[in-house]
Amino acid sequence: MGIRFILMVNKQGQTRLAQYYEYLTIEERRALEGEIVRKCLTRTEQQCSFVEHRKYKIVYRRYASLFFMVGIDNEENELAILEFIHLVVETMDRHFGNVCELDIMFHLEKAHFMLEEMVMNGCIVETSKSSILTPIQLMDRA
Amino acid sequence: MTGPSLMDSLFQRTLEDLIKGLRLHLVHESTFISKSLDEIRREVRSPDLDTKAAAVQKVTYLRSLHGVDDSFAAFPAVELAASPRFRHKQIAYLAASVSFHSATAVLLLLTNQLRKDLNSSNEFEVSLALQCLSVVCNLDLARDLTPEIFTLLSSSKQLIRKKAIATILRVFGEYPDAVRVCFKRLVENVESSDPQTVSAVVSVFCELASREPNSYLPLAPEFYRVLVDSRNNWVLIKVLKIFANLAPLEPRLAKRIIEPIGEHMRRTGAKSLMFECIRTIVTSLSDYDSAVRLAVAKVQEFLVDDDPNLKYLGLQALSIVVPKHSWAVVENKEFVIKSLSDTDPNIKLEALRLVMAMVSEDDLSEICRVLLNYALKSDPEFCNEILGSVLATCSRNVYEIIIDFDWYVSVLGEMTRIPHCQKGEEIESQLIDIGMRVKDVRPELVHVGRDLLIDPALLGNPFLHRVLSAAAWVSGEYVKFSKNPIELMEALLQPRTGLLPSSIRAVYIQSAFKVLTFCLHSYLFAKEAVASSSSCAYDLESGASDSIPEKGCPEGSNLATSEALASSEQNEDFNRSFLCQSVEDNCTENDGDTLVAPGPSSSSASLNKLQFTRGSIINLLDLIKTALGPLAGSHEVEVQERAWNVLGLIKLVEQEIQDTPMQNEGKFVMEELKASEIMKLMHDAFFGELGPVSKSAQERVPIPDGLMLKENLNDLETVCGDVQLPSTCSFSLGKPHFEESSGSLFDFQKKEELEPSSESTSMLAEHRKRHGLYYLPSEIKETTSSDYPPANESKLAISVSVSDDVDYLVKLTEQSLVPKKKSNQTKPRPIVVKLDERDGVRIAANKPESKNDLISGAVREVLLGNEGIPTSSQGKHFDKLSSKTRGKEKIAIVQPLGSTGLLANAGNSELANSSPRRSKHVSHGKEKKPRSPRNNAEGCEERSYRDKKKGDHRHVKNKARQSADGGVNVVAQTPVIPDFLL
Repeated sequence: MGIRFILMVNKQGQTRLAQYYEYLTIEERRALEGEIVRKCLTRTEQQCSFVEHRKYKIVYRRYASLFFMVGIDNEENELAILEFIHLVVETMDRHFGNVCELDIMFHLEKAHFMLEEMVMNGCIVETSKSSILTPIQLMDRA
Repeated sequence: MTGPSLMDSLFQRTLEDLIKGLRLHLVHESTFISKSLDEIRREVRSPDLDTKAAAVQKVTYLRSLHGVDDSFAAFPAVELAASPRFRHKQIAYLAASVSFHSATAVLLLLTNQLRKDLNSSNEFEVSLALQCLSVVCNLDLARDLTPEIFTLLSSSKQLIRKKAIATILRVFGEYPDAVRVCFKRLVENVESSDPQTVSAVVSVFCELASREPNSYLPLAPEFYRVLVDSRNNWVLIKVLKIFANLAPLEPRLAKRIIEPIGEHMRRTGAKSLMFECIRTIVTSLSDYDSAVRLAVAKVQEFLVDDDPNLKYLGLQALSIVVPKHSWAVVENKEFVIKSLSDTDPNIKLEALRLVMAMVSEDDLSEICRVLLNYALKSDPEFCNEILGSVLATCSRNVYEIIIDFDWYVSVLGEMTRIPHCQKGEEIESQLIDIGMRVKDVRPELVHVGRDLLIDPALLGNPFLHRVLSAAAWVSGEYVKFSKNPIELMEALLQPRTGLLPSSIRAVYIQSAFKVLTFCLHSYLFAKEAVASSSSCAYDLESGASDSIPEKGCPEGSNLATSEALASSEQNEDFNRSFLCQSVEDNCTENDGDTLVAPGPSSSSASLNKLQFTRGSIINLLDLIKTALGPLAGSHEVEVQERAWNVLGLIKLVEQEIQDTPMQNEGKFVMEELKASEIMKLMHDAFFGELGPVSKSAQERVPIPDGLMLKENLNDLETVCGDVQLPSTCSFSLGKPHFEESSGSLFDFQKKEELEPSSESTSMLAEHRKRHGLYYLPSEIKETTSSDYPPANESKLAISVSVSDDVDYLVKLTEQSLVPKKKSNQTKPRPIVVKLDERDGVRIAANKPESKNDLISGAVREVLLGNEGIPTSSQGKHFDKLSSKTRGKEKIAIVQPLGSTGLLANAGNSELANSSPRRSKHVSHGKEKKPRSPRNNAEGCEERSYRDKKKGDHRHVKNKARQSADGGVNVVAQTPVIPDFLL
């Protein structure tokens, strides 16, 4: 399955985007997000970006006020996921132009579509920024 | 915006309005949300699609970020998906993929829409449908839409093809029969020129192979080519993962991939790929020394890097490699031990795991000492991690790593005194477990237990109550080893025990009961004490003969035992206070005895029986009466009950003990007393030794005939109906009712129940007598190892100060990891009672996942080409076939694969027998094809020729099979095993 979920959480611990690739009930999601946020947000810059939680391994990275967290299973390559997070940020950057938390809040749908282009069913299917954004822009016009 | 009604478009809030509103109402967010939800509920019912779309959009937002229940919007979303406008579809499918799951009821209604969109000429519509399907797919959808996806797998549009590939994984999972239809086309995509398509395919295979690698071995050549040719790191990482799963199954494959992996490691600058190479080597290629050396060298680079991520991963890689190559850790041990004090708790944890992975029986005690010192200094969480892992490591496999149990028991005592210790439960169970399993350690166990019990400070820490419970139990159960039972009694009854929870208090009182019984018994039977101590056969070789000369010893000899002076001094005071009433001759003698006591514990055990005098016993009884008197009125049943037990016993014996004039040894008339009779009985009651009981013991008791455990008790009411008085209602209704009817009811039950139950118990007893099975005598199975080396040789400096652990441990591991000459043994390892092999490890029963088996079964069928379906017309055929083939698969799965796993056509036993030969032949026979440039080693050609000849021979034998394969003939390599690599 590779990637199990992708979360974007701000410094206050509010979820700004949540994309799951396996079904969890609303209560399960809420509990999981709370636990992960508590674990990750207390960590410092000097500590590593991997946290084991339940059956997941969380790979996270902080960009300004936003934490990007990706839950993976043990099969996945942690460093590759870090690169993936960076790719997500760069892609959004290119689309929104210097992306910030507000962009994601107000264009949550766009963010979802971008992720959909990049990841399907937990597998990374597209890693080229232009290939990700072309369909998005075309769909905008449609 | 074409033609929304004026009212709707004017007054509807858009998603943006909603988000702005949410930002304004930070305080009363929930009321704002529920108000908006009411609006949305109204809007989704609107016939106008734009209004509906906006409503669905809003509810999707609320659902994904605020976790509101959006089930009411499920049907509107389906309606919206049918809209001709792309924008509407987009919203609808996003809503579906956020909130639907495979059990959502309305999915059924979506099937046709999905099919329509999958067949659409607009690639974005197809993409939307695929996206949604990959999230919500269930069995019905998968079955109904497999033909569409099959078509899309070879779509000319890259965008669609890669998404179809990613979706197929989910479809396979839901509907394994789809494998038969789509698998070949999926495999064809591996050779696609589009890197993203390859990436998607490889991801899918990576996932499939991680579940059940055997079936995918035949595809190794394709993957090999990707491994060699691809320059895309994402793809390479996935391919490496596939090989990590395949390589352990086929040694020849492992040999082939080492070189390209090494090539990647030298070439790549990407740490992710580098790490994947390392991980592949340490997990799957650990038999190849040169590769492991290269990997470990790279791990070292990771370890010294400043990036904590790399450090963490490096440690993880080490922990994978350590079971097979402990040298890898030895080379890096300095770093590992330094990491124990890293700032990052995760890194510390990894380091701890590594340290625990390298302990051996030789250095266990030293490493534990250092770790405990670390535990003292670190934060509570990590402290408990340390304690937990020490406990887990030491108790592994019934304490197999421990030689010196006395040491270990005292370590358990030490752990209890570490301020942050929260492992009470684990320590408790180990103390009791060791007490029952290891006879020889009991004296030390009692000693440790005493030290814990007499410390009033420990009673204030609720985390330690469980440990104290164990200490109390141990002291009561093995009181015969105690140096000073009276002191023990005081500890058990000290006022601060009021801090304990009642269940543990009950254990304390019960232990006090045992101690009292022991004291009284040894007082009353003091004459026989010496004799009995040897006849008790506790393996304490020193009997009466040893103890006599010691008694005569001058007091000067006490000085030798300086180590335990503190406790002995206590004893001294203690005894004096009790002994003052007794005869003066006795006084000096006894005094001497207790002072010697800290020496060999065996002699003390027999000696202290002499120290009870009438005065001390009376004092003891008084002490108990004052301590337990108030508890007799306790509200806690357990406490009250046990307190009464003790008090009752005292009442029984007290009178006679006080009345009978005490005489010197040798002139007892006690035996005739009632009290001594009672004490004899009591003592016998506690004398029986408790042993460990196998977890499965209960299971092995056959259920006697006539005992129905699973009978539904609901019937009871109808049965009792006849017997009961007219007032029949359930028992819980009204107390008086119940009491009225209870007499007759229970009588009836008794009548029914009595016979079988008495019969069953007698049968059980008989059975037990015959087999002696369930309450195992302690010698049932023991590790017969008398020549174990001591845990810690005194060569190493014992005095480790709390500081400078790091250097010390570094030095230490240096010494210990070099295999030591196991010479001068000071103490043999005591016997550890073990139960049957099922002790501890209970096999987790049936495998949970049958779908994986179904998938892999189908995959094997496809790869080995024995399916009868022409690949193109599956749409009509496979539904019919599915039921038939499913049964067949199951047979195939049950049979174990041949060792290579290449020959999966297990239904045919004749073929299965010849599997090793055949698979080998095939692989060499195909080697001739110049697919891989690396095949042109000398001699290869010749060999392959020879093999081919042999192959021809086999060909005849397998004729039937081969011809069937020939019929399909889709891709050259699918029917036979395409093992060019091997």
